[in-house]
Amino acid sequence: MSQKAAALRQRKRRKTDFAPALLFMFPAILGLSIFVLAPGLRGVYLSFTEYNVFQDPKFIGLDNYERALQDPLVWNALWVTLQYVAINIGFQTVFALILAVLMHRFTRSVLIRGVLLVPFLISNVIVALVWYWLLDFNLGYVNALIDLISLDRMPFFGEDTAMPTIAMINVWRHLGYTALLIFAGLQTIPKDVYEAAQVDGAGEIRTFFGITLPLLRPVMAFILVLTVTGSFQIFETIAVTTGGGPINVTRTFSILITERAWNSYQFGYASAISILLMLILITVAIVQMRLLRGNESDLSR
Amino acid sequence: MTILNRRGASKEARDELQNTSKSARAVAYVALTTFVLLTIFPIWFMIRTALSTTRSLPSDPLSLAPVDFTLGALNRVLGLASSAEAIAEGGSGQSLNFFQYFANSAISTTGATISQVFFSAAAAYAFGVLRWRGRDAIFFVFLFALTVPGIFLVLPNYLLARELGLLNTLAGVMLPHMLMAPFAVFFLRQVFLGTNMSIVEAAIIDGANHVRIFFQIVVPLASAQVMTVFVLQYIAIWNDYLWPFYIGAGAEESKTLTVALGVFRSQTPQGSPDWAGLMAGSLIAALPMLLLMILFGRKIVGSIQNSGVKG
Repeated sequence: MSQKAAALRQRKRRKTDFAPALLFMFPAILGLSIFVLAPGLRGVYLSFTEYNVFQDPKFIGLDNYERALQDPLVWNALWVTLQYVAINIGFQTVFALILAVLMHRFTRSVLIRGVLLVPFLISNVIVALVWYWLLDFNLGYVNALIDLISLDRMPFFGEDTAMPTIAMINVWRHLGYTALLIFAGLQTIPKDVYEAAQVDGAGEIRTFFGITLPLLRPVMAFILVLTVTGSFQIFETIAVTTGGGPINVTRTFSILITERAWNSYQFGYASAISILLMLILITVAIVQMRLLRGNESDLSR
Repeated sequence: MTILNRRGASKEARDELQNTSKSARAVAYVALTTFVLLTIFPIWFMIRTALSTTRSLPSDPLSLAPVDFTLGALNRVLGLASSAEAIAEGGSGQSLNFFQYFANSAISTTGATISQVFFSAAAAYAFGVLRWRGRDAIFFVFLFALTVPGIFLVLPNYLLARELGLLNTLAGVMLPHMLMAPFAVFFLRQVFLGTNMSIVEAAIIDGANHVRIFFQIVVPLASAQVMTVFVLQYIAIWNDYLWPFYIGAGAEESKTLTVALGVFRSQTPQGSPDWAGLMAGSLIAALPMLLLMILFGRKIVGSIQNSGVKG
């Protein structure tokens, strides 16, 4: 071993890079503290207070939580948010899986993957507006088509339809993105597994359910945790279309929280609801990882 | 659930779909084409409507080409048409200034993203290249931050911005993004962990300090991935709505494009919205992202593809 290398090794053992590390991470730590950690703690504190912004917060213990658990609008928010998540995640996952397998088996075209990704690059707000227009009761393209085949026009943002419509709009936006993530997962499955299946005479569909899906499980677990936690926070699409209505059928957690905060200046109460939402999200994520055994791979067995 | 499905379906599939090669192929291409068409159509319809005259839209709702072609709607939202002209075409006549909103979006997104990626890369260098005690513990805090829902932080951050006097300023819109994003730190750390350490060690022996190693070795070696993070974060910040809405919707100087569009829509009369104007505004707001896709499509596809699995 050369002397230089030996000297370096010794230096490395004694000296740590703490001083330069501090310099390099200082801005990020500052940002994290000011805009994530401190507000996080403040949010927790506010949830135990009554606070209308204009007067100092007043500590009221668990009152906000007690009130939230008795508030029909909170239970309504849970119910309609779950509806949204179920429809959104259900269709999105199935379609994206189909799309990913199709891309994996039948085309290597980056152009097709690019085109399918375009909706994801366009903001939620624009996507919502474009579909609001396409689905408009009087002038929208879709209802004009329905008219053409002489069926009854469909109120897509009515009491029974608004939530499914909004959930499907976001399926449209996220489909290409989710499919691309699954597609990437498919590429990690070794080819010889498929060849073995072919030798055994397994058909297309059997190969999918018997090999692809089980081997894809860790990737799917990761994607599901990602998309489900995102889905629970649905806000933009509703904010620019129905705004929570008709009546309360689209008044999800995020809509309710922002209304409580900015329309009626109940920042304490709104914080308490947002903490309840966060607790739900954490629980759902943990349950999902357990059920899907997301951190284990069948390939290593 | 998946396991049950697999068992159930595989038995049926065994008998029915042994050899479907050709028909399967046909079905697959039809399905793929359908997905692509369903993706493109709404985007085309936005463009088609933006180039139409609002008053004429009811006459031909099924037309795939612009109805009564005009650049009027685009002029209208860009503030280039007089309000008389705007009303004549079916606009509301309210003054709109998408030039201003466009500039607001461009300035805040560009400034915030450059600053964010730079400081995130610096932090990633501390977590991925440097060695020091407590490194993983502090990095874990960033990982934790990645999981905190945005809606939870918007309330206290709004109060903070309010106390700092940053409501309705572009600085307020940008500030929380400027010092880091947990995702950017996380992603770049993964990248920097793969740095060839023998090059770094050689540079140290040659007397280079860490600032030089960061700028001249580590970042240039990972320039493709740094660009990837930049593009992904640019898209995310450009499209953001919740934060800029509550911070910046109150003033022309701080209204971003997405916020302006949301407000534009809620202000239009219930009966007959100015659809052409609304779609023209949407098109202008979407245009930079569409351009980005045309210019860097391959790169964006590649980076999103890799963002999940390798993480």
